[in-house]
Amino acid sequence: MSILLDVADLAVVFHTKRGKVHAVDGVGFSVGRGEVLGIVGESGSGKSVTLRAITRLLHGAEVTGRVTWQGEDVLAMDAERLRRMRGGQIGMVFQEPMAALNPVLPIGLQITEALVAHTDLDAAGRQKRALELLDLVGIAAGRTRLGQFPHEFSGGMRQRAMIAIALAANPALLLADEPTTALDVTIQDQILRLLRGLVDDLGMGLVLVTHDLGVIAETCDRVAVMYAGRLCETGAVAPVFAAPRHAYTKALLGAMPGQGQDMLVAIPGMAPRLDTPAAGCAFAPRCGYRMPICDAGRPLLRDVSPGQVSACHAAEALA
Amino acid sequence: MRVSLSLLIGGFLLALMLIAAAVPDWFAPFDPLVFDFEALSAPPSGDHWFGTDQFGRDVLSRTIHASRIDLQIAVFCVIFPLVLGGAIGLLVGWYGGVVDAIFGRLVDLVVTFPFLVLVIFFVAVLGPGLVNVYIAVTCVGWVPYAKLMRAEVLVQAQSDYVAAGRVLGYRMPRIVLRHILPNAARPVLVYAVTDMALAILLGSSLGYLGLGAQPPTAEWGVLIADGKNFFTTAPWMALFPGVAIVLAGLGFSLTGDGLADLLAVKR
Amino acid sequence: MTILMEAEGLTKHFPGRRGLIDMARRAPRPVVQALTEINLDIRAGETLGIVGESGCGKSTLARCLVGLHAPDRGTVRFAGADLAGMTGTERLGFHRQVQMIFQDPYGSLNPLMSVGDTLAEALAVHNIVPKAAIAARVGELLAMVRLPPDAAGRRPHEFSGGQRQRIGIARALAVEPKIIVADEPVSALDVSVQAQIVNLLLELRARLGLTLVFITHDLRLVRHMTQRVAVMYLGRVVELGPTADLFATPRHPYTRALLRAVPQLTPGLRGRDAAVRGELPSPLAPPPGCAFHPRCGIAEAGCSASVPALEVRSGAWPVACLLAGS
Repeated sequence: MSILLDVADLAVVFHTKRGKVHAVDGVGFSVGRGEVLGIVGESGSGKSVTLRAITRLLHGAEVTGRVTWQGEDVLAMDAERLRRMRGGQIGMVFQEPMAALNPVLPIGLQITEALVAHTDLDAAGRQKRALELLDLVGIAAGRTRLGQFPHEFSGGMRQRAMIAIALAANPALLLADEPTTALDVTIQDQILRLLRGLVDDLGMGLVLVTHDLGVIAETCDRVAVMYAGRLCETGAVAPVFAAPRHAYTKALLGAMPGQGQDMLVAIPGMAPRLDTPAAGCAFAPRCGYRMPICDAGRPLLRDVSPGQVSACHAAEALA
Repeated sequence: MRVSLSLLIGGFLLALMLIAAAVPDWFAPFDPLVFDFEALSAPPSGDHWFGTDQFGRDVLSRTIHASRIDLQIAVFCVIFPLVLGGAIGLLVGWYGGVVDAIFGRLVDLVVTFPFLVLVIFFVAVLGPGLVNVYIAVTCVGWVPYAKLMRAEVLVQAQSDYVAAGRVLGYRMPRIVLRHILPNAARPVLVYAVTDMALAILLGSSLGYLGLGAQPPTAEWGVLIADGKNFFTTAPWMALFPGVAIVLAGLGFSLTGDGLADLLAVKR
Repeated sequence: MTILMEAEGLTKHFPGRRGLIDMARRAPRPVVQALTEINLDIRAGETLGIVGESGCGKSTLARCLVGLHAPDRGTVRFAGADLAGMTGTERLGFHRQVQMIFQDPYGSLNPLMSVGDTLAEALAVHNIVPKAAIAARVGELLAMVRLPPDAAGRRPHEFSGGQRQRIGIARALAVEPKIIVADEPVSALDVSVQAQIVNLLLELRARLGLTLVFITHDLRLVRHMTQRVAVMYLGRVVELGPTADLFATPRHPYTRALLRAVPQLTPGLRGRDAAVRGELPSPLAPPPGCAFHPRCGIAEAGCSASVPALEVRSGAWPVACLLAGS
């Protein structure tokens, strides 16, 4: 499997009136063709910021580290190269399709715009391709649909249209930021299956950001768990779910209802503030496996089993 | 509490005006109404810092004494519309339905006419003078307050804390007065302070036109009206009251801005 | 088991918006059919789940049950008394018995009132304790929802989302109600905090002997928290039964689809076939007959002809599906 995107030591700092906010701190992962990587975390974990930092969509933020796109340094790209990468090679899908779609332009025009920007197709070719794309994302009656406006689409259809736009230029990688969070569960099911099917058929890579571990379990090949801007654990989905090697991953799984237990294993306290990064492990204050070493030094990411990486001093205790 | 720079500067200007209005004699070097035929239309000097007018009255003293009238105008031209409009907006916003529909048409009717034209019409009918200005401004000026209050009440009435109050069986007066009003009133009060800047301008405009404060009462608009005839020969007569108006207006605007930050309801 | 509360034939429609052109054409005013003919009983001491997707009417039902909405038709009865026919004092008594917890931790607390004042107000209006004892009772309530005693003096904006939900729970508990209707009480919260609130609700339920109506779109939570569940689709209850049994052998095709659509925690890729095809229809124009028939995999000609009643067919609990027996 060839690596498409490789991220290492990614850090994002926002400079606000109240000081620095370390939204992302030392995150690294890679995605290959035909692979779905899930990034999971609660609000403030930095999962969405990470996604935006990769395509340099963050304004006024200090982004450091290495982001390598097919061997090329993304953080060093000039504006024109960046423009061709975004949308051309990397497609993006957002949580709120209504906010991402232009409300006063017909859907067809918005797909065609993407085709004008990233392909050499002529008008007839673009029309044909737009119809193909709608068919690909499961929107029936494409010809009528092309002329309709976003408000004439239901929530699920809008998200399908967003995906069609993202796919317009045949990108090698799709970045999806909570694409189903605003949708009902039966529609979420349809969209997740669609995304997974597209990855399998087109051989794309997909990075799926979500807060729902169930979505990860059923859609992703590998998972990256984030907490307070830091990467806790990465690995293939099945081993991570079966034997989490980071205390936070274990706690998060335990907090999910629907596993037959009487009481949920709640995580006490709340997520830390990001303006004063912890010297030790960010999760330590809420952690059931806390040891003196956890507050003393920040645990580094290390291999805990083949293909599974964790930044937890208690990784061995958890095994 | 974050006190912003604009609130600091605005508050300082208003404090100056308030002190001048409260005890003008402490600051005014001369009696504002006494003629001095030795110094007719005298330019600014060591004796008369702002110069004198065509009757030899000290412009500085007249400007200081005028602040009392203008402050009164600023407050009364706002407080009466605020109370009337606020009460109407509260009732309309809470009851809605037919009351709201009638309110809507009434508002349409009032906003059809330019504000100043309508005020002047009322003053013309009632006769010049400050009391009639207040009546006229209240008749016309309640509309924006009522609209703003109505919109705020509608938002608050939809919120879940009001629903929680209803589920707890609270009666209407408690919900409206204790829960909705304090939340809805804050933006209206901020608007009112900013509106005082416009009220100063309105009072001065009416004074200038001879419809507001009547000579020989010192009022900034009246002073400018007096001074305009001598603008080429004695520009100080109109200039200094003009500066006073600008500073007072600025004071109210900045205070309004600062209060908007300070009173913003934190969620 | 005694029936504490009862909804019978509950119907609630909201007028929709109509443009100027439609008005000129004298087109009929559109109507959002939020609730249609709901029959539901709430038994003393149980936790009843109400589950469904957007537009199914679950929130409207919650608001009808607590008296925030007056139904267009049908009745809500509490301990045998019709809510619509209650006098002022009776209604106050009803509100003391039936409380609500809201979804939005930010909008459900008066931002200008301190937490202590919010709780004290409920205690004072209902004369729960003598005036002198109010402060002490506020402290007890805060302890009950695990908030520090000094929370009483602070305003809502000083608290996190999870803490605010605790305040909302304390406010509902202040009047010592029999029933609490919780409308999506944890869906705005992160998983780790959500678990804290869910545990708190379960603990309080057991300790105070509360009857709980738990409204949510999250089937995992329903399974975790409730004994009985009503599945709603487009303004109607389509299936109503014991939670464990209903999750094991769902009888309505919609319930089956819903259960299949929920992402499970067991890793394993989902197939390509969606649990159910098509979009949720608009409650402005629900399909004729069984509202689910356009999306249903087993629908027959009869399904679009008449609305199936919610009744016990071949199984042990009521289902609103003509084909549930076959």
